[in-house]
Amino acid sequence: MNAQLMMALMPILMLSLTAVVLMIQASVKRDQSVAWVITALGLLLALWGAGYARGFTQPVTVLLMVDDWGLFFTTLILVAALVTLILSKHTFSSEGERKEEYYLLLVLSVLGAVVLIQSSHMVSLLLGMELMGVALYAMIAFPEKGQRPLEAAIKYLVLSACASVILLYGFALIYAATGELSYAGIGLKASIAYDQNPILLMAGTAMVLAGIGFKLSVVPFHMWTPDVYEGAPTPVTGFLATVSKGAVFVALTRFFVEGQLYEYQSLMTALAAVAIASMLIGNWLALRQENIKRLLAYSSIAHFGYLLVVLIALSYGGAEAGLIRESITFYLAAYILTTLAAFAVVASIAGEDERKNNIASFDGLFWRRPIQASSLTVAMLSFAGIPLTAGFIGKFYVISVGIQSQLWWLITALIIGSAIGIYYYLRIIFAMTMSAGSSADMSANDEGKDQKNIAQDASVSSQDVLAMLLLTIVLLLGTWPQPFIEFAGRL
Amino acid sequence: MVMVNLILILLVGGVLALLSERVNENMPRRVALAVVLFDLIYSLIHLSGMPELTQLQAPLPDDPSTWLMHFKADWIPAFGISIEFALDGISMLMVLLTLVLGAVAVSASWTDVIVRRGFFEANLLWTLAGVLGVFMALDLFLFFLFWEVMLIPMYFMIAIWGHENRGYAAMKFFIFTQASGLLMLVSILALVAVNQSATGQWSFSYFDLLNTPMAEATAHWLMLGFFIAFVVKLPVFPFHTWLPDAHTQAPTAGSVILAGILLKTGAYGLIRFAVPLFPQAAMDFSYVAMVLGAVGVVYGAVLAFAQTDFKRLIAYSSVSHMGFVLLGVYAWNELALQGAVMQMVAHGFSTAALFMIAGGLQERLHTRDMREMGGLWQQMPRMGAVAMFFVVASLGLPGLGNFVAEFLVLLGLFQVDPWLTAVAALGLITGAAYSLILMQRAFQGEPNPRLADQGLMDFGRREMLTMAVMMLALVGLGIYPQPILDIAQPVLQSLLEVTP
Repeated sequence: MNAQLMMALMPILMLSLTAVVLMIQASVKRDQSVAWVITALGLLLALWGAGYARGFTQPVTVLLMVDDWGLFFTTLILVAALVTLILSKHTFSSEGERKEEYYLLLVLSVLGAVVLIQSSHMVSLLLGMELMGVALYAMIAFPEKGQRPLEAAIKYLVLSACASVILLYGFALIYAATGELSYAGIGLKASIAYDQNPILLMAGTAMVLAGIGFKLSVVPFHMWTPDVYEGAPTPVTGFLATVSKGAVFVALTRFFVEGQLYEYQSLMTALAAVAIASMLIGNWLALRQENIKRLLAYSSIAHFGYLLVVLIALSYGGAEAGLIRESITFYLAAYILTTLAAFAVVASIAGEDERKNNIASFDGLFWRRPIQASSLTVAMLSFAGIPLTAGFIGKFYVISVGIQSQLWWLITALIIGSAIGIYYYLRIIFAMTMSAGSSADMSANDEGKDQKNIAQDASVSSQDVLAMLLLTIVLLLGTWPQPFIEFAGRL
Repeated sequence: MVMVNLILILLVGGVLALLSERVNENMPRRVALAVVLFDLIYSLIHLSGMPELTQLQAPLPDDPSTWLMHFKADWIPAFGISIEFALDGISMLMVLLTLVLGAVAVSASWTDVIVRRGFFEANLLWTLAGVLGVFMALDLFLFFLFWEVMLIPMYFMIAIWGHENRGYAAMKFFIFTQASGLLMLVSILALVAVNQSATGQWSFSYFDLLNTPMAEATAHWLMLGFFIAFVVKLPVFPFHTWLPDAHTQAPTAGSVILAGILLKTGAYGLIRFAVPLFPQAAMDFSYVAMVLGAVGVVYGAVLAFAQTDFKRLIAYSSVSHMGFVLLGVYAWNELALQGAVMQMVAHGFSTAALFMIAGGLQERLHTRDMREMGGLWQQMPRMGAVAMFFVVASLGLPGLGNFVAEFLVLLGLFQVDPWLTAVAALGLITGAAYSLILMQRAFQGEPNPRLADQGLMDFGRREMLTMAVMMLALVGLGIYPQPILDIAQPVLQSLLEVTP
């Protein structure tokens, strides 16, 4: 391994270094705020590393592929991790527990995600996914008090283990069929293997897709999502929704494109069914949710349904491959940023109080904390795909690609799903516009409350800054997407 | 740049109104009124300065330089999306109508809105900005953007300041328009994709997309996407169910904007986009559309007659009146189109005024139920007289704007289909019935004893002034409609040439 390769691995090296430093620090002197600072510095260093590695894009052994596209998502995921870190500080600092390990787990999980993003081989795929996942189980269960986090973690652990087993079995079958474990190798040999024994190869890829589908929580592998979203501490939920799902989708795209899975019609039909089911069922089940984290869980199921449309379009021609790649980049980026904006608000409003995750607890938020409410409004509008937000440009891409590939069934499902989706996104916005008191004494009552809340909220203004920042990014991507489109086109 | 400024003035004005609440809680409404009037004067100055107005020429649909105004700047060149505005006679009429009714709406909110006034006026101004954008944008992406975004402030107006069932009404309003908007988005993108595969260029410009060659079946489907989005907004039977709820639950100013202006965006969209972009498909479809229009005319009128809620009655009457617009557009000859344009303007004034009267009643009686009214003329003679004027305007009394409009539509429609004309003409009779029953129940008849000693305030100076503006407009339109017809004529003529 020469120096060039080390340069390309800079983000991974930085994250590993941070993990080691955190472990040493915990053995020398346990101090939560020091651990926080080390983690923050480590993530920033890794961000720098992701930029630095852009000069050295190349395959690193057969396991990893360092390219601009992967580095972009590495950057995005590190940003998401930073946001998680900031939110975690507020969430966990109130309880008098030991938190050093939490930061260590966070770093390890991010490390897994980065490996996953850059994987070009089934071994690195599995390594990344497990490293990310195992650290995540512990993060979900981290609050010592309360049963819900524990329940969520166990649920995630057991089902995740099943999914990993299925994934491994799929690897084995693919290996039996092709004799290859690297994506590119599979792509080369798959068509011959398909002619010899189609069932072996198809069963293998279907199992791999099922394993990955579990992590993405697309229907019918979605059962765990609402419970885990609800039970996990809010920053961890945000982390799961952005870092974990984002990285897995990038890995899926790589596997899909380089393994040339889009060549197989039966696979595509199955994937189309999964996409349609995710769009419809995800949106449908979100309708009646009273807990905002559960609602966002179902909403994320639907969003990965939308994203699958783009992936399916690959096999139908029509749309240029460049446009498809750009669409995935834009949609995933828009989804991650919007989700971060949403969870930043949920975390800062609800904190760790379970009861405060109900939609009812957002009543009148506009008059109590206008900045947080505006940020959540923009996030909801972006999820719903209303113009001027990043989500709209994302939806614009998905529909364009779908039309050019003439995927009319998928587009129909997307329209129905989005139409259903508007309802529950609006419910949250409507709750925030309501007045807490009855209409008669509304103004007087609110005035007093406003005063009190302003005084109370002055101390957490850093959360407002974060909300403003994410809101601005989401709006900027929606109003002036040209620079980002150009950038995404070059990746 | 003038067109961009028109929108920017309203957007910035909205922010100013929002901030001005900190100075004084009565400040926002003054700021809002000043902003709208300034915008109106600004547009009038620039329009009157244009020599073309005195000698209007037909703007060629596919040549922006023949339009009254044209503005284009790059926005997202990767997809050929630009900030493109253009103005011709029809959009000019709509812009002026929007600004005049905008001022009316501010006046309607003067005493109606008592909480969070700054945010209310801001939403009102932002809605107006969105509507202006819809009337002027000729880049389909930009048009869609305004089409969707104008809903958000409107949603807030209904959801925050609406009446007892506001949450339901606001939600229904938003979902109906949003879901139909998605269909239009798919149509727009498909149209652009067809155009791109033909020319190799991404473009969302109206001028590039006209005359896009496409298969007949494709054209039919795409036309349908636009059609549904526009008729939901118009609204046309059977897509009208959001309207009675939204109009009834909205605060007065919101109802004025909804009925007076927002419905017209649907009609405008049909004339500007749905027909010219797919001329053949639209002509093939015209009979279905006309039947829907005729059904709407009668259905709206019958349901209006059955209402006991003052605002709901007016809301259903809008369904009936907008049926005439749909008939006029799809009869697609000059007379009928003139009538449709006229109806858009005249209905804007008459309905806005009726909603203001309804708002005035609600403010004074705290009810909209006509069974609790009766004999109000005795206590409020000015309001009664004004209501009488607008009721007879709405039922189509000759000499007022609405009559000219409906008469022209029927005249044009007769050349196309006499039977449908006969059905639509029924709307005039039923219109008289529901309009007069409104008058009878609320203002005439036995005075309700419960209201006898309440000392109801008659219309004051502000309200009378606002009403006078709209009365003058309707009388002007009714007696001397020629200027409006002259402004619209060249545009309609050039549009008629687009179709086979």
